[in-house]
Amino acid sequence: MNLKWKRWFPMLIVFAIFLSPLLGINPKTYITITISGLAMGMLLFLVSSGFSLIFGFLSVLNLAHGALFAWGAYIGFTSFNLINQWTGWGGSNSIFLNFIIFLLALIISGLLVALLGIITERSVIRPVYGSHLFQIFITVGAMIVMEELIRIIWGPNDEVMPVPIKFMGSWDVFDVVVSKYPLIAIVIGFILYLVIFMILRKTKIGTIVRAGVENPEMVQVMGHNIYRYFTGVFAAGSALAAIGGGMWATFVKSIHPAMGGEVIVFALIVAIIGGLGSITGSVVGALLVGLSYNYVAYLIPKAALGITMLLLVIILSIRPTGLFPEGT
Amino acid sequence: MVEPILKVEEIHTFIGKHHILQGVSFAVHPGKVTVLLGRNGAGKSTTLRSIMGLLPPSQGTINLKNRPIKGLKPYEISRLGIGFVPEDRGIYNLLTVEENFRVAMLQEDGKTRERMETIFDIFPDLKKFWKAKAGNLSGGQKQMLAIARPLVNQNELLLIDEPSKGLAPIIIDHIIDSIHMLKEYTVIILVEQNFYMASSLGNDFYLFDDGKTVHQGQMEELIQNEELKKKYLGISG
Repeated sequence: MNLKWKRWFPMLIVFAIFLSPLLGINPKTYITITISGLAMGMLLFLVSSGFSLIFGFLSVLNLAHGALFAWGAYIGFTSFNLINQWTGWGGSNSIFLNFIIFLLALIISGLLVALLGIITERSVIRPVYGSHLFQIFITVGAMIVMEELIRIIWGPNDEVMPVPIKFMGSWDVFDVVVSKYPLIAIVIGFILYLVIFMILRKTKIGTIVRAGVENPEMVQVMGHNIYRYFTGVFAAGSALAAIGGGMWATFVKSIHPAMGGEVIVFALIVAIIGGLGSITGSVVGALLVGLSYNYVAYLIPKAALGITMLLLVIILSIRPTGLFPEGT
Repeated sequence: MVEPILKVEEIHTFIGKHHILQGVSFAVHPGKVTVLLGRNGAGKSTTLRSIMGLLPPSQGTINLKNRPIKGLKPYEISRLGIGFVPEDRGIYNLLTVEENFRVAMLQEDGKTRERMETIFDIFPDLKKFWKAKAGNLSGGQKQMLAIARPLVNQNELLLIDEPSKGLAPIIIDHIIDSIHMLKEYTVIILVEQNFYMASSLGNDFYLFDDGKTVHQGQMEELIQNEELKKKYLGISG
Protein backbone atom coordinates (compact mmCIF):
# COMPACT_ATOMS: atom_id res chain seq x y z
CA MET A 1 0.00 0.00 0.00
CA ASN A 2 1.55 3.32 -1.01
CA LEU A 3 1.90 6.26 1.38
CA LYS A 4 -1.06 8.24 0.01
CA TRP A 5 -3.36 5.25 0.41
CA LYS A 6 -2.03 4.55 3.89
CA ARG A 7 -2.92 8.07 4.96
CA TRP A 8 -6.43 8.00 3.53
CA PHE A 9 -7.36 4.41 4.28
CA PRO A 10 -8.61 4.98 7.87
CA MET A 11 -10.68 7.97 6.76
CA LEU A 12 -12.23 5.99 3.92
CA ILE A 13 -13.30 3.27 6.35
CA VAL A 14 -14.87 5.88 8.65
CA PHE A 15 -16.78 7.49 5.80
CA ALA A 16 -17.92 4.16 4.37
CA ILE A 17 -19.30 3.10 7.75
CA PHE A 18 -20.64 6.58 8.33
CA LEU A 19 -22.71 6.59 5.13
CA SER A 20 -23.61 2.93 4.52
CA PRO A 21 -26.66 2.79 6.87
CA LEU A 22 -28.38 5.41 4.69
CA LEU A 23 -29.23 2.46 2.47
CA GLY A 24 -31.52 1.00 5.12
CA ILE A 25 -32.46 3.87 7.50
CA ASN A 26 -34.69 6.89 7.08
CA PRO A 27 -32.40 9.98 6.75
CA LYS A 28 -33.92 11.77 9.78
CA THR A 29 -33.55 8.73 12.00
CA TYR A 30 -30.06 8.31 10.54
CA ILE A 31 -29.04 11.78 11.79
CA THR A 32 -30.40 11.05 15.28
CA ILE A 33 -28.59 7.70 15.43
CA THR A 34 -25.40 9.24 14.04
CA ILE A 35 -25.32 11.87 16.78
CA SER A 36 -25.87 9.15 19.35
CA GLY A 37 -23.08 7.07 17.75
CA LEU A 38 -20.68 10.01 17.68
CA ALA A 39 -21.45 10.73 21.35
CA MET A 40 -20.85 7.09 22.28
CA GLY A 41 -17.64 7.22 20.23
CA MET A 42 -16.37 10.33 22.00
CA LEU A 43 -17.16 8.82 25.41
CA LEU A 44 -15.37 5.61 24.43
CA PHE A 45 -12.46 7.72 23.25
CA LEU A 46 -12.06 9.18 26.75
CA VAL A 47 -11.80 5.71 28.27
CA SER A 48 -9.72 4.10 25.55
CA SER A 49 -7.26 6.98 25.08
CA GLY A 50 -6.08 6.58 28.68
CA PHE A 51 -5.89 2.82 28.27
CA SER A 52 -4.01 3.15 24.98
CA LEU A 53 -1.58 5.76 26.28
CA ILE A 54 -0.80 3.65 29.36
CA PHE A 55 -0.18 0.58 27.21
CA GLY A 56 1.84 2.51 24.63
CA PHE A 57 4.10 4.29 27.12
CA LEU A 58 4.30 1.92 30.08
CA SER A 59 3.65 -1.30 28.15
CA VAL A 60 1.17 -2.11 30.90
CA LEU A 61 -2.05 -3.94 30.14
CA ASN A 62 -4.15 -2.22 32.79
CA LEU A 63 -7.31 -4.28 33.16
CA ALA A 64 -8.20 -2.18 36.23
CA HIS A 65 -8.84 0.74 33.86
CA GLY A 66 -12.55 -0.11 33.85
CA ALA A 67 -12.65 0.10 37.64
CA LEU A 68 -11.05 3.56 37.47
CA PHE A 69 -13.80 4.47 35.00
CA ALA A 70 -16.43 3.28 37.52
CA TRP A 71 -14.76 5.21 40.33
CA GLY A 72 -14.87 8.28 38.10
CA ALA A 73 -18.60 7.82 37.60
CA TYR A 74 -19.26 7.36 41.34
CA ILE A 75 -17.09 10.29 42.43
CA GLY A 76 -18.77 12.41 39.73
CA PHE A 77 -22.15 11.27 41.07
CA THR A 78 -21.27 12.20 44.67
CA SER A 79 -19.59 15.49 43.80
CA PHE A 80 -22.51 16.54 41.61
CA ASN A 81 -25.02 15.75 44.36
CA LEU A 82 -22.99 17.51 47.06
CA ILE A 83 -22.41 20.64 44.98
CA ASN A 84 -26.05 20.61 43.90
CA GLN A 85 -27.26 20.35 47.49
CA TRP A 86 -25.10 23.33 48.35
CA THR A 87 -25.75 25.51 45.28
CA GLY A 88 -28.74 24.09 43.43
CA TRP A 89 -26.92 24.72 40.14
CA GLY A 90 -27.92 21.34 38.68
CA GLY A 91 -31.61 22.32 38.76
CA SER A 92 -31.01 25.92 37.72
CA ASN A 93 -32.50 27.21 34.49
CA SER A 94 -29.16 28.79 33.64
CA ILE A 95 -27.26 26.63 31.16
CA PHE A 96 -24.06 28.33 32.35
CA LEU A 97 -24.58 27.15 35.95
CA ASN A 98 -25.51 23.71 34.63
CA PHE A 99 -22.20 23.58 32.79
CA ILE A 100 -20.25 24.80 35.82
CA ILE A 101 -21.64 22.10 38.14
CA PHE A 102 -21.15 19.43 35.47
CA LEU A 103 -17.55 20.47 34.79
CA LEU A 104 -16.77 20.82 38.53
CA ALA A 105 -18.02 17.26 39.12
CA LEU A 106 -15.86 16.01 36.22
CA ILE A 107 -12.77 17.91 37.42
CA ILE A 108 -13.11 16.62 41.01
CA SER A 109 -13.65 13.12 39.68
CA GLY A 110 -10.63 13.41 37.35
CA LEU A 111 -8.34 14.71 40.10
CA LEU A 112 -9.35 12.14 42.73
CA VAL A 113 -9.12 9.22 40.30
CA ALA A 114 -5.73 10.52 39.09
CA LEU A 115 -4.64 10.27 42.74
CA LEU A 116 -6.07 6.75 42.90
CA GLY A 117 -4.15 6.02 39.69
CA ILE A 118 -0.89 7.24 41.26
CA ILE A 119 -1.44 4.98 44.28
CA THR A 120 -2.29 2.04 41.98
CA GLU A 121 0.77 2.60 39.76
CA ARG A 122 3.18 2.91 42.69
CA SER A 123 1.84 0.03 44.77
CA VAL A 124 0.39 -2.44 42.27
CA ILE A 125 1.81 -1.83 38.79
CA ARG A 126 5.44 -0.86 39.49
CA PRO A 127 6.51 -4.30 40.79
CA VAL A 128 5.27 -5.98 37.59
CA TYR A 129 6.72 -3.72 34.88
CA GLY A 130 7.93 -5.86 31.99
CA SER A 131 5.75 -8.89 32.69
CA HIS A 132 2.42 -8.84 30.88
CA LEU A 133 1.24 -12.07 32.49
CA PHE A 134 1.69 -10.72 36.01
CA GLN A 135 0.16 -7.42 34.92
CA ILE A 136 -3.00 -9.25 33.85
CA PHE A 137 -3.23 -11.11 37.18
CA ILE A 138 -2.50 -8.10 39.34
CA THR A 139 -4.67 -5.61 37.47
CA VAL A 140 -7.62 -8.02 37.47
CA GLY A 141 -7.06 -8.29 41.23
CA ALA A 142 -6.93 -4.50 41.53
CA MET A 143 -10.14 -4.24 39.48
CA ILE A 144 -11.95 -6.63 41.85
CA VAL A 145 -10.72 -4.75 44.93
CA MET A 146 -11.75 -1.39 43.47
CA GLU A 147 -15.17 -2.68 42.49
CA GLU A 148 -15.72 -4.13 45.96
CA LEU A 149 -14.65 -0.83 47.51
CA ILE A 150 -17.38 0.86 45.45
CA ARG A 151 -19.91 -1.61 46.87
CA ILE A 152 -18.68 -0.88 50.41
CA ILE A 153 -18.68 2.92 50.02
CA TRP A 154 -21.73 3.51 47.79
CA GLY A 155 -23.63 0.23 48.17
CA PRO A 156 -24.29 -2.60 45.71
CA ASN A 157 -27.40 -1.16 44.04
CA ASP A 158 -27.74 0.87 40.86
CA GLU A 159 -27.95 4.63 41.38
CA VAL A 160 -29.63 7.20 39.17
CA MET A 161 -27.02 9.60 37.80
CA PRO A 162 -28.15 13.20 38.17
CA VAL A 163 -28.20 15.22 34.95
CA PRO A 164 -28.18 19.04 34.80
CA ILE A 165 -31.67 20.13 33.88
CA LYS A 166 -30.70 21.93 30.68
CA PHE A 167 -28.81 18.86 29.44
CA MET A 168 -32.03 16.84 29.32
CA GLY A 169 -34.41 16.60 26.40
CA SER A 170 -33.83 17.35 22.77
CA TRP A 171 -34.05 19.98 20.09
CA ASP A 172 -36.23 19.65 17.04
CA VAL A 173 -34.17 20.77 14.07
CA PHE A 174 -36.18 20.53 10.80
CA ASP A 175 -38.12 17.55 12.17
CA VAL A 176 -34.92 15.84 13.22
CA VAL A 177 -34.69 14.92 16.91
CA VAL A 178 -31.31 16.07 18.23
CA SER A 179 -30.72 15.02 21.84
CA LYS A 180 -28.94 17.70 23.87
CA TYR A 181 -26.52 15.73 26.01
CA PRO A 182 -25.01 13.62 23.20
CA LEU A 183 -24.19 16.84 21.35
CA ILE A 184 -22.58 18.28 24.51
CA ALA A 185 -20.62 15.03 24.97
CA ILE A 186 -19.35 15.23 21.37
CA VAL A 187 -18.15 18.81 21.88
CA ILE A 188 -16.46 18.11 25.24
CA GLY A 189 -14.89 14.91 23.89
CA PHE A 190 -13.53 16.74 20.86
CA ILE A 191 -12.13 19.59 22.98
CA LEU A 192 -10.41 17.05 25.26
CA TYR A 193 -8.97 15.29 22.20
CA LEU A 194 -7.55 18.61 20.94
CA VAL A 195 -6.08 19.39 24.38
CA ILE A 196 -4.40 15.95 24.62
CA PHE A 197 -3.21 16.19 21.03
CA MET A 198 -1.69 19.65 21.56
CA ILE A 199 0.00 18.56 24.81
CA LEU A 200 1.54 15.56 23.07
CA ARG A 201 2.55 17.55 19.98
CA LYS A 202 3.58 20.93 21.31
CA THR A 203 4.98 20.52 24.81
CA LYS A 204 8.30 19.06 25.87
CA ILE A 205 6.57 16.67 28.27
CA GLY A 206 4.38 15.48 25.40
CA THR A 207 7.41 14.97 23.16
CA ILE A 208 9.13 12.94 25.88
CA VAL A 209 6.00 10.82 26.32
CA ARG A 210 5.85 10.17 22.56
CA ALA A 211 9.54 9.29 22.60
CA GLY A 212 8.87 6.96 25.53
CA VAL A 213 6.10 5.18 23.63
CA GLU A 214 8.73 4.36 20.99
CA ASN A 215 11.79 3.68 23.14
CA PRO A 216 11.50 4.11 26.94
CA GLU A 217 15.08 2.95 27.56
CA MET A 218 16.52 5.81 25.50
CA VAL A 219 14.39 8.31 27.40
CA GLN A 220 16.15 7.20 30.59
CA VAL A 221 19.55 7.32 28.95
CA MET A 222 18.81 10.91 27.95
CA GLY A 223 18.51 11.96 31.58
CA HIS A 224 14.78 11.74 32.18
CA ASN A 225 13.38 9.94 35.20
CA ILE A 226 11.18 7.52 33.30
CA TYR A 227 9.37 6.38 36.45
CA ARG A 228 8.14 9.90 37.12
CA TYR A 229 6.75 9.98 33.58
CA PHE A 230 5.24 6.51 34.06
CA THR A 231 3.39 7.78 37.13
CA GLY A 232 2.32 10.96 35.32
CA VAL A 233 0.99 9.10 32.29
CA PHE A 234 -0.80 6.59 34.51
CA ALA A 235 -2.39 9.45 36.48
CA ALA A 236 -3.43 11.23 33.25
CA GLY A 237 -4.84 7.98 31.82
CA SER A 238 -6.78 7.39 35.06
CA ALA A 239 -8.13 10.95 34.98
CA LEU A 240 -9.32 10.42 31.40
CA ALA A 241 -11.04 7.19 32.48
CA ALA A 242 -12.72 9.09 35.33
CA ILE A 243 -13.93 11.90 33.07
CA GLY A 244 -15.15 9.25 30.64
CA GLY A 245 -16.92 7.49 33.53
CA GLY A 246 -18.67 10.67 34.69
CA MET A 247 -19.75 11.58 31.17
CA TRP A 248 -20.80 8.04 30.30
CA ALA A 249 -22.91 7.82 33.47
CA THR A 250 -24.64 11.10 32.51
CA PHE A 251 -25.25 9.59 29.04
CA VAL A 252 -26.85 6.36 30.31
CA LYS A 253 -28.23 8.09 33.46
CA SER A 254 -27.28 5.29 35.82
CA ILE A 255 -24.27 3.86 37.61
CA HIS A 256 -23.50 0.49 39.13
CA PRO A 257 -20.32 -1.02 40.61
CA ALA A 258 -19.60 -3.39 37.68
CA MET A 259 -20.05 -0.74 34.96
CA GLY A 260 -16.30 -0.60 34.30
CA GLY A 261 -16.11 -4.25 33.29
CA GLU A 262 -18.61 -3.66 30.49
CA VAL A 263 -16.79 -0.65 29.09
CA ILE A 264 -13.25 -2.06 29.29
CA VAL A 265 -14.11 -4.51 26.49
CA PHE A 266 -15.01 -1.58 24.23
CA ALA A 267 -11.92 0.35 25.37
CA LEU A 268 -9.69 -2.59 24.52
CA ILE A 269 -11.25 -2.96 21.06
CA VAL A 270 -11.00 0.79 20.37
CA ALA A 271 -7.37 0.98 21.50
CA ILE A 272 -6.37 -2.01 19.36
CA ILE A 273 -8.27 -0.76 16.30
CA GLY A 274 -6.71 2.70 16.62
CA GLY A 275 -3.16 1.49 17.31
CA LEU A 276 -1.88 1.20 20.87
CA GLY A 277 -0.33 4.44 22.07
CA SER A 278 -2.05 6.63 19.46
CA ILE A 279 -4.51 9.30 20.57
CA THR A 280 -5.76 10.04 17.06
CA GLY A 281 -6.11 6.29 16.59
CA SER A 282 -8.25 6.17 19.72
CA VAL A 283 -10.57 8.88 18.37
CA VAL A 284 -10.97 7.20 14.98
CA GLY A 285 -11.32 3.75 16.56
CA ALA A 286 -13.87 5.03 19.08
CA LEU A 287 -15.94 6.77 16.41
CA LEU A 288 -15.88 3.61 14.28
CA VAL A 289 -17.06 1.49 17.19
CA GLY A 290 -19.63 4.06 18.39
CA LEU A 291 -21.16 4.56 14.95
CA SER A 292 -21.21 0.93 13.86
CA TYR A 293 -22.62 -0.17 17.22
CA ASN A 294 -25.48 2.35 17.01
CA TYR A 295 -26.33 1.66 13.36
CA VAL A 296 -26.36 -2.09 13.86
CA ALA A 297 -28.24 -1.75 17.17
CA TYR A 298 -30.99 0.00 15.18
CA LEU A 299 -31.00 -2.39 12.23
CA ILE A 300 -30.20 -5.75 13.88
CA PRO A 301 -30.17 -5.15 17.68
CA LYS A 302 -28.79 -8.60 18.57
CA ALA A 303 -25.74 -8.13 16.35
CA ALA A 304 -24.67 -4.82 17.92
CA LEU A 305 -21.81 -6.14 20.07
CA GLY A 306 -20.80 -8.60 17.36
CA ILE A 307 -20.23 -5.82 14.84
CA THR A 308 -17.48 -4.28 17.00
CA MET A 309 -15.71 -7.64 17.13
CA LEU A 310 -16.12 -8.03 13.36
CA LEU A 311 -14.68 -4.54 12.89
CA LEU A 312 -11.69 -5.51 15.02
CA VAL A 313 -11.10 -8.67 13.00
CA ILE A 314 -11.41 -6.86 9.64
CA ILE A 315 -9.10 -3.99 10.59
CA LEU A 316 -6.49 -6.22 12.20
CA SER A 317 -6.45 -8.53 9.20
CA ILE A 318 -5.69 -5.52 6.97
CA ARG A 319 -3.53 -3.60 9.44
CA PRO A 320 -2.20 -5.80 12.24
CA THR A 321 -0.81 -2.80 14.15
CA GLY A 322 -4.05 -0.80 14.05
CA LEU A 323 -5.12 2.21 12.01
CA PHE A 324 -2.56 4.66 13.41
CA PRO A 325 0.51 2.66 14.38
CA GLU A 326 2.69 5.73 13.84
CA GLY A 327 1.65 7.28 17.15
CA THR A 328 -0.08 10.45 18.45
CA MET B 1 50.01 10.88 34.88
CA VAL B 2 46.68 12.56 34.10
CA GLU B 3 43.75 11.36 36.22
CA PRO B 4 41.36 9.17 34.20
CA ILE B 5 37.93 10.65 33.56
CA LEU B 6 36.38 7.17 33.88
CA LYS B 7 37.79 4.22 35.75
CA VAL B 8 36.17 0.79 35.56
CA GLU B 9 37.55 -1.83 37.95
CA GLU B 10 36.78 -5.54 37.97
CA ILE B 11 33.11 -5.27 37.07
CA HIS B 12 30.97 -8.37 36.85
CA THR B 13 27.58 -8.22 35.13
CA PHE B 14 24.89 -10.86 34.77
CA ILE B 15 22.11 -10.98 32.17
CA GLY B 16 19.59 -13.32 33.75
CA LYS B 17 21.63 -16.32 34.88
CA HIS B 18 24.43 -15.66 32.38
CA HIS B 19 27.64 -14.27 33.79
CA ILE B 20 28.57 -11.94 30.91
CA LEU B 21 31.23 -9.64 32.33
CA GLN B 22 33.71 -11.54 34.47
CA GLY B 23 36.18 -8.88 35.49
CA VAL B 24 36.39 -5.92 33.16
CA SER B 25 38.83 -3.12 34.04
CA PHE B 26 39.92 -0.11 32.06
CA ALA B 27 40.56 3.60 32.34
CA VAL B 28 39.65 6.41 29.99
CA HIS B 29 41.83 9.50 29.84
CA PRO B 30 40.86 13.02 28.78
CA GLY B 31 41.51 14.06 25.20
CA LYS B 32 41.62 10.50 23.91
CA VAL B 33 39.43 8.03 22.08
CA THR B 34 39.48 4.71 23.90
CA VAL B 35 38.44 1.77 21.76
CA LEU B 36 37.02 -1.46 23.17
CA LEU B 37 37.74 -4.31 20.79
CA GLY B 38 36.94 -8.00 20.72
CA ARG B 39 34.97 -10.68 18.94
CA ASN B 40 31.16 -10.90 19.01
CA GLY B 41 29.90 -11.72 22.48
CA ALA B 42 33.13 -10.67 24.22
CA GLY B 43 31.21 -8.22 26.43
CA LYS B 44 31.95 -4.84 24.85
CA SER B 45 28.35 -3.63 24.47
CA THR B 46 27.43 -5.05 27.87
CA THR B 47 30.26 -2.98 29.33
CA LEU B 48 28.80 0.22 27.89
CA ARG B 49 25.34 -0.72 29.15
CA SER B 50 26.81 -1.46 32.58
CA ILE B 51 28.46 1.96 32.70
CA MET B 52 25.10 3.57 31.80
CA GLY B 53 23.30 1.64 34.55
CA LEU B 54 21.11 -0.23 32.06
CA LEU B 55 22.70 -3.51 33.16
CA PRO B 56 23.96 -2.73 36.66
CA PRO B 57 27.10 -4.69 37.59
CA SER B 58 26.90 -6.99 40.60
CA GLN B 59 30.55 -6.42 41.58
CA GLY B 60 33.33 -3.97 40.94
CA THR B 61 33.48 -0.19 40.78
CA ILE B 62 32.86 2.47 38.15
CA ASN B 63 34.11 5.96 38.92
CA LEU B 64 33.44 9.05 36.88
CA LYS B 65 36.04 11.66 37.85
CA ASN B 66 36.57 9.80 41.15
CA ARG B 67 32.85 9.73 41.87
CA PRO B 68 31.31 6.24 42.15
CA ILE B 69 28.42 5.84 39.72
CA LYS B 70 27.68 2.13 40.12
CA GLY B 71 24.18 1.71 41.49
CA LEU B 72 22.88 5.00 40.13
CA LYS B 73 19.86 5.01 37.81
CA PRO B 74 20.50 5.50 34.06
CA TYR B 75 18.98 9.00 34.10
CA GLU B 76 21.20 10.01 37.05
CA ILE B 77 24.29 8.72 35.25
CA SER B 78 23.28 10.57 32.10
CA ARG B 79 22.82 13.79 34.07
CA LEU B 80 26.39 13.48 35.38
CA GLY B 81 27.59 14.07 31.82
CA ILE B 82 27.71 10.72 30.02
CA GLY B 83 26.08 10.43 26.61
CA PHE B 84 25.26 7.05 25.10
CA VAL B 85 24.78 5.99 21.48
CA PRO B 86 23.52 2.40 21.50
CA GLU B 87 24.19 -0.21 18.85
CA ASP B 88 20.65 0.13 17.42
CA ARG B 89 21.10 3.95 17.46
CA GLY B 90 18.05 4.51 19.69
CA ILE B 91 16.55 7.03 17.27
CA TYR B 92 12.91 8.02 17.80
CA ASN B 93 11.78 7.27 14.25
CA LEU B 94 8.31 8.76 14.67
CA LEU B 95 9.68 12.07 15.94
CA THR B 96 11.29 14.74 13.78
CA VAL B 97 15.02 15.45 13.97
CA GLU B 98 14.17 18.60 15.94
CA GLU B 99 12.03 16.62 18.40
CA ASN B 100 14.80 14.04 18.83
CA PHE B 101 17.08 16.87 19.98
CA ARG B 102 14.31 18.35 22.10
CA VAL B 103 14.01 15.11 24.08
CA ALA B 104 17.78 14.98 24.53
CA MET B 105 18.07 18.61 25.66
CA LEU B 106 18.15 18.72 29.46
CA GLN B 107 18.31 22.50 29.72
CA GLU B 108 18.25 25.33 27.26
CA ASP B 109 20.57 28.31 27.51
CA GLY B 110 23.00 30.33 25.41
CA LYS B 111 25.53 27.51 25.49
CA THR B 112 22.96 25.10 24.08
CA ARG B 113 22.63 27.33 21.02
CA GLU B 114 26.42 27.38 20.63
CA ARG B 115 26.52 23.61 20.88
CA MET B 116 23.76 23.31 18.29
CA GLU B 117 25.79 25.48 15.91
CA THR B 118 28.78 23.18 16.44
CA ILE B 119 26.58 20.15 15.79
CA PHE B 120 25.30 21.69 12.55
CA ASP B 121 28.89 22.46 11.49
CA ILE B 122 29.90 18.84 12.01
CA PHE B 123 26.66 17.30 10.74
CA PRO B 124 25.18 19.74 8.17
CA ASP B 125 22.59 17.15 7.04
CA LEU B 126 20.85 17.41 10.39
CA LYS B 127 20.13 21.08 9.77
CA LYS B 128 18.87 20.26 6.29
CA PHE B 129 16.46 17.62 7.60
CA TRP B 130 15.57 19.45 10.84
CA LYS B 131 11.81 19.13 10.34
CA ALA B 132 11.90 15.67 8.73
CA LYS B 133 10.82 12.52 10.55
CA ALA B 134 13.90 10.71 11.82
CA GLY B 135 12.51 7.44 10.45
CA ASN B 136 12.80 8.85 6.92
CA LEU B 137 16.54 9.58 7.20
CA SER B 138 19.13 7.35 5.55
CA GLY B 139 21.18 4.92 7.67
CA GLY B 140 24.16 7.28 7.74
CA GLN B 141 22.04 10.29 8.66
CA LYS B 142 20.39 8.30 11.44
CA GLN B 143 23.79 7.41 12.81
CA MET B 144 24.82 11.07 12.68
CA LEU B 145 21.66 12.02 14.55
CA ALA B 146 22.34 9.32 17.15
CA ILE B 147 25.90 10.57 17.69
CA ALA B 148 24.97 14.27 17.65
CA ARG B 149 21.96 14.04 19.98
CA PRO B 150 23.84 13.61 23.30
CA LEU B 151 26.15 16.50 22.37
CA VAL B 152 23.34 18.98 22.83
CA ASN B 153 24.16 18.74 26.55
CA GLN B 154 27.52 19.45 28.18
CA ASN B 155 28.53 15.77 28.12
CA GLU B 156 32.11 15.08 29.10
CA LEU B 157 32.05 11.48 27.98
CA LEU B 158 30.39 9.87 24.99
CA LEU B 159 29.93 6.11 24.69
CA ILE B 160 29.43 5.01 21.08
CA ASP B 161 28.51 1.42 20.29
CA GLU B 162 29.38 0.17 16.79
CA PRO B 163 28.76 3.32 14.76
CA SER B 164 29.85 1.59 11.53
CA LYS B 165 27.24 -1.16 11.79
CA GLY B 166 25.25 -1.57 8.58
CA LEU B 167 26.82 1.42 6.83
CA ALA B 168 28.49 1.62 3.41
CA PRO B 169 32.28 2.27 3.39
CA ILE B 170 31.89 5.82 2.06
CA ILE B 171 29.49 6.67 4.89
CA ILE B 172 31.87 5.06 7.40
CA ASP B 173 34.58 7.47 6.22
CA HIS B 174 32.21 10.36 6.76
CA ILE B 175 31.37 9.14 10.29
CA ILE B 176 35.09 8.75 11.03
CA ASP B 177 35.68 12.39 9.98
CA SER B 178 32.78 13.54 12.17
CA ILE B 179 34.02 11.64 15.22
CA HIS B 180 37.51 13.09 14.65
CA MET B 181 35.95 16.55 14.93
CA LEU B 182 34.03 15.55 18.05
CA LYS B 183 37.25 14.63 19.88
CA GLU B 184 37.73 18.32 20.46
CA TYR B 185 34.52 18.57 22.49
CA THR B 186 34.20 15.32 24.41
CA VAL B 187 36.05 12.21 25.51
CA ILE B 188 34.95 9.15 23.55
CA ILE B 189 34.71 5.45 24.32
CA LEU B 190 34.16 3.55 21.12
CA VAL B 191 33.05 -0.05 20.75
CA GLU B 192 33.83 -1.16 17.23
CA GLN B 193 34.14 -4.38 15.22
CA ASN B 194 35.37 -2.57 12.12
CA PHE B 195 39.12 -2.43 12.64
CA TYR B 196 39.56 0.22 9.96
CA MET B 197 37.33 2.60 11.89
CA ALA B 198 38.75 1.58 15.28
CA SER B 199 42.33 2.11 14.16
CA SER B 200 41.50 5.40 12.42
CA LEU B 201 39.97 6.88 15.55
CA GLY B 202 41.50 5.16 18.57
CA ASN B 203 44.32 6.39 20.79
CA ASP B 204 44.09 3.70 23.46
CA PHE B 205 42.62 0.24 23.09
CA TYR B 206 41.38 -2.56 25.34
CA LEU B 207 40.91 -6.07 24.04
CA PHE B 208 37.99 -8.09 25.38
CA ASP B 209 37.74 -11.86 25.46
CA ASP B 210 35.10 -13.96 27.23
CA GLY B 211 33.86 -11.05 29.33
CA LYS B 212 37.31 -9.94 30.48
CA THR B 213 39.77 -7.27 29.45
CA VAL B 214 42.83 -9.25 28.34
CA HIS B 215 45.11 -6.70 26.76
CA GLN B 216 45.57 -2.96 26.63
CA GLY B 217 47.84 -0.44 25.02
CA GLN B 218 48.13 2.28 22.43
CA MET B 219 46.49 1.81 19.07
CA GLU B 220 49.80 2.05 17.16
CA GLU B 221 51.01 -1.03 19.02
CA LEU B 222 47.96 -3.02 18.08
CA ILE B 223 48.18 -1.98 14.44
CA GLN B 224 51.72 -3.47 14.38
CA ASN B 225 50.92 -6.57 16.43
CA GLU B 226 49.64 -9.21 13.99
CA GLU B 227 49.52 -11.93 16.62
CA LEU B 228 47.14 -10.02 18.89
CA LYS B 229 44.91 -9.02 16.00
CA LYS B 230 44.74 -12.62 14.80
CA LYS B 231 44.14 -14.09 18.24
CA TYR B 232 41.48 -11.71 19.53
CA LEU B 233 39.99 -10.09 16.45
CA GLY B 234 40.37 -12.79 13.81
CA ILE B 235 42.22 -10.38 11.51
CA SER B 236 45.20 -11.61 9.55
CA GLY B 237 47.56 -9.91 7.11
